[in-house]
Amino acid sequence: MNKSHFNRRDFIKAAGVIGGLSFSCAVFSMANKPPMGRVVIIGGGYAGTTAAKYIRLWSLGAVEVIVIEKSSQFVSCPMSNLVLGGTRTIHDLTFSYDLVKKNHGVKWVEDEVISINTEVKKVMMKRGEISYDRLIVAPGVDFNYEVLPELKTTEAQQKIPHAWKAGWQTVNLRKQLEAMPDGGVFVMTIPKAPYRCPPGPYERACQVASYFKTNKPSSKVIVLDANAEVISKKGLFLKAWAELYPSIVDYRPDSPIKSVDVASKTISTDFEKIKAHVLNVIPPQTAGKPAKMANLLEPDYPWCEVDFLTYESKTVPYVHIVGDSVASGLPKSAHIATSQARVCASAIVELMKGQSPDPAPVFANTCYSYVDDKQAMHVANVFRYDAPKKIMVPAEGGGVSAKPSQEEGVYAKAWAQNIWADVLT
Amino acid sequence: MFKIHFKLILISSVYWAAYAQASEDISISAVNLHTRVLAASCAACHGTLGRAVTGSSLERNAVLAGRDPEDFTKKMFGFKDGSRRGTVMHHHAKGLTEAEIKQLALFFSQQKSAEIDPLNPQTLNTHHE
Repeated sequence: MNKSHFNRRDFIKAAGVIGGLSFSCAVFSMANKPPMGRVVIIGGGYAGTTAAKYIRLWSLGAVEVIVIEKSSQFVSCPMSNLVLGGTRTIHDLTFSYDLVKKNHGVKWVEDEVISINTEVKKVMMKRGEISYDRLIVAPGVDFNYEVLPELKTTEAQQKIPHAWKAGWQTVNLRKQLEAMPDGGVFVMTIPKAPYRCPPGPYERACQVASYFKTNKPSSKVIVLDANAEVISKKGLFLKAWAELYPSIVDYRPDSPIKSVDVASKTISTDFEKIKAHVLNVIPPQTAGKPAKMANLLEPDYPWCEVDFLTYESKTVPYVHIVGDSVASGLPKSAHIATSQARVCASAIVELMKGQSPDPAPVFANTCYSYVDDKQAMHVANVFRYDAPKKIMVPAEGGGVSAKPSQEEGVYAKAWAQNIWADVLT
Repeated sequence: MFKIHFKLILISSVYWAAYAQASEDISISAVNLHTRVLAASCAACHGTLGRAVTGSSLERNAVLAGRDPEDFTKKMFGFKDGSRRGTVMHHHAKGLTEAEIKQLALFFSQQKSAEIDPLNPQTLNTHHE
């Protein structure tokens, strides 16, 4: 039944060790677990990688950490709208996991999770299985194509990219924009909140408009927003569109999409049909697939309820969720993902020592958006644990920039350099 | 095969000892749980342990590691009460208590500064999604 007879030498043979710390295929037994136990983390994005690093740091290396990630590279969603604007390439946002693995002794499995058994505390992958003492699920978002079945296939998503997970989808959308003739129409759709990166779609409209303004000035950006209004940095975005792109950006709130004709790139709302030269549908979102496999979602809400002191699931013990999959009033940003991951990491280390976590965690969020090739603006808040309500709430004093500026464009670049270095080294 | 295993185990144990030592230096067991998480939350702009990336345009302001705690406290109190003009820091300082600012000042003053290179990006693999 269990593999407790499996000794270290067998394990090394089976695992195919590369550089002593990373594994190409895996059968991990509990036989050699270090004194404080093993944490398995599903997902090597901002949240999962940060949790891995900080558990290793704060446990002084006494907790074994194994990350399961299907991609061999880290590609940053923050800054990826600049690929559409043309001031960055996807290769500027792509990084190796080697340093964080090496510097902190994080074990790494490049594989895909196929099922999770939370009764026996085991994760099954395509090429092996791993037992855990505690599991952190950090899968980011999944796209909900139930409501847009016509976009379910890879072919449809090639023709109408989402570009909402940075990678070749982003490059695909950029190439379509480059190929579009001047005078063309770019249509993008925004799902009902909550979704990953609240200001992201509005920044995207700015970036595409910025590219058009210089290169294809007769073209249009039509934004169909399922929400009743701009949901992040509202005044600043409305002003940027009016001042920088008055003849280009056409923003239409309260415009949920009904259907898409993939072949003709035509989109239907309750009121109208619009044919696009380039169409970008940002699909409605839910917690990522591994969260579904572990039954962590609410019955009528596609996100995961957690205890905000530990990020442990409210329904499944010894399973923690961090990042975009968490149900909360917090924005689904990269900085919040890392902040949640550190609260979770700190709590897990204390729990494994038999001690109590911080009863009132506090953390910050800073999120920049670029309105053109140089100017950016921020929203920044401190969030504090509210003990009676048992949720994280914004502290007093947070807010947005007075106006976009080149100075903040520089800050935004430094933000990216520092968060990448923090997460990945 | 045996040789390889032996080497590996040897390297591992040396590595772990060094890692535990390094972690001890920087995790500062006296720092309370509240401050270690809060201080780490500053890393998005200020780097791990206040060691901002060298050469980033904000470097002069962003390096918190080894900062004089009085200077840190004075500036943060200034952002908090509005007497000091900030681009973004007033939005953070106002949300923190005075005790938290003092704890952060102490924490960052105890960190050794270091040269932190920006991460080198790489070409995206064709098999990536």
